Amino acid sequence: MKPETQNLKPETQNLKPETRNPKLETRFGYFYKVLAIVSKDITAELRTKEMMSAMFVFSLLVIFIFNFAFDLRAENASTLAPGVLWVAIAFAGMLGLGRSFIIERDRGSLEGLLLAPVDRSAIYFGKFIGNVLFIATVEIVILPLFIVFFNLSIVIIPALVGVVILGTIGFAGVGTLFSAMVIHTRARDVLLPILLFPVIVPVLLSAVRLTAGIIDGLPLADVQNWLTLLIAFDLIFMAIAFILFEHVVEE
Amino acid sequence: MIKVRKLVKAFGSRIVLRGLNLDIAPGEFITLMGANGAGKTTLMNIISTLGKATAGQVMISGIDLSESAAHIRRYIGLVSHKTLLYDDLSAEQNLRFYAKMYDVPQPQARIETVVQQVGLWGRQKDPVRTYSRGMQQRLAIARAILHNPPILLLDEPDTGLDQYAADMLGDLLAAVDTGKRTVLMTSHNLERGLSLGNRVLILMNGKIGYDVRREDVSIEEVRQVYFEQLKR
Repeated sequence: MKPETQNLKPETQNLKPETRNPKLETRFGYFYKVLAIVSKDITAELRTKEMMSAMFVFSLLVIFIFNFAFDLRAENASTLAPGVLWVAIAFAGMLGLGRSFIIERDRGSLEGLLLAPVDRSAIYFGKFIGNVLFIATVEIVILPLFIVFFNLSIVIIPALVGVVILGTIGFAGVGTLFSAMVIHTRARDVLLPILLFPVIVPVLLSAVRLTAGIIDGLPLADVQNWLTLLIAFDLIFMAIAFILFEHVVEE
Repeated sequence: MIKVRKLVKAFGSRIVLRGLNLDIAPGEFITLMGANGAGKTTLMNIISTLGKATAGQVMISGIDLSESAAHIRRYIGLVSHKTLLYDDLSAEQNLRFYAKMYDVPQPQARIETVVQQVGLWGRQKDPVRTYSRGMQQRLAIARAILHNPPILLLDEPDTGLDQYAADMLGDLLAAVDTGKRTVLMTSHNLERGLSLGNRVLILMNGKIGYDVRREDVSIEEVRQVYFEQLKR
């Protein structure tokens, strides 16, 4: 398209040298914009630290309260520990997801994003990666505490980290979509958990079962079905969110 | 440059735009007026690709908006009621982010240029939340012209500005080369709208009910038509 205005052309036109492969450039441009959104979210959070501090405190409180509320002995720790871990992750993550699109709504910056010449899915992936990073940062702090409080072996850490990563991807994947859905509703703080938790039951259930299996030292074959279920739901949720996000954020 | 044909927009059973037709030539500065709820912002949203028409067609430089919205967004800058900025980021960080989203080449040089144009040089590293409303609106204009769009949409750009800042708006728009761009501005301020625009439109019953070139009309005549419309 050549604008009819003679003297003014978008600055962007100069970015397309003839020598570069346009398809390759578009692909790089897509990831460049995804990273720009992630970087913007991290910069904004580092300025205020509002979301991360709330998530940290909340997750630590959950671990502490459950630790004292239940009579944790070696024989019942493995039964309760997986649930405690995922309650802490899910509820702290919910705080983060709730804030994720609020910062886009306050001054209409979501409209600013939607005005940019970028595929809507890039906005979704940018927000999704940001959410995963914020939740993962909280997990880096609570996992060692979880191991210590429940007197678990450090040998389980690599497998546990793998399950936590898979669970977090599924949780943030669908959570990012729902967070965008409720942004214009009045009761969004209440609506988000009500909508999100029933949908992510398969992710939480398989993550809890896998965590229990790891703590009990079960062989992979015994928990293979839960692992398959978790990976399958991660992929399904991501695909659905990828398809639906454009319709969710547009009028 | 902009052609709108038989544009209809309905929100449920409420029809806001009823077969609106409009032609805007390159370089025109159009002031669009109308009562609250007349559909000014709705029209702006559709042209800016933020909203979708119920029926009808919007063409920009011969390209149908419904087919190439993502591409056409490069050619449009929007200043709306909201600033579309991130309060916790500095002006420079906001503009750098949008420069990435619009693939602006040599972003640092361009950011410095627009910051100077809107008179915020020296404050560009301060968080936006420390800015006055007038400064935020200046930055919103800088954001809108960052990618040097040939089309500029100004949706009540004087909203929330004090008298001095609103009076400065004309100078500010002149500073960002609106004379070379095609501008569509909505406003409730008759004097300001007439002083800035070279064509005046009034939305009536979901259509352009009044369309006149600035030099062909007196402010009294426009005022009479406008206030009659407001009374209805």
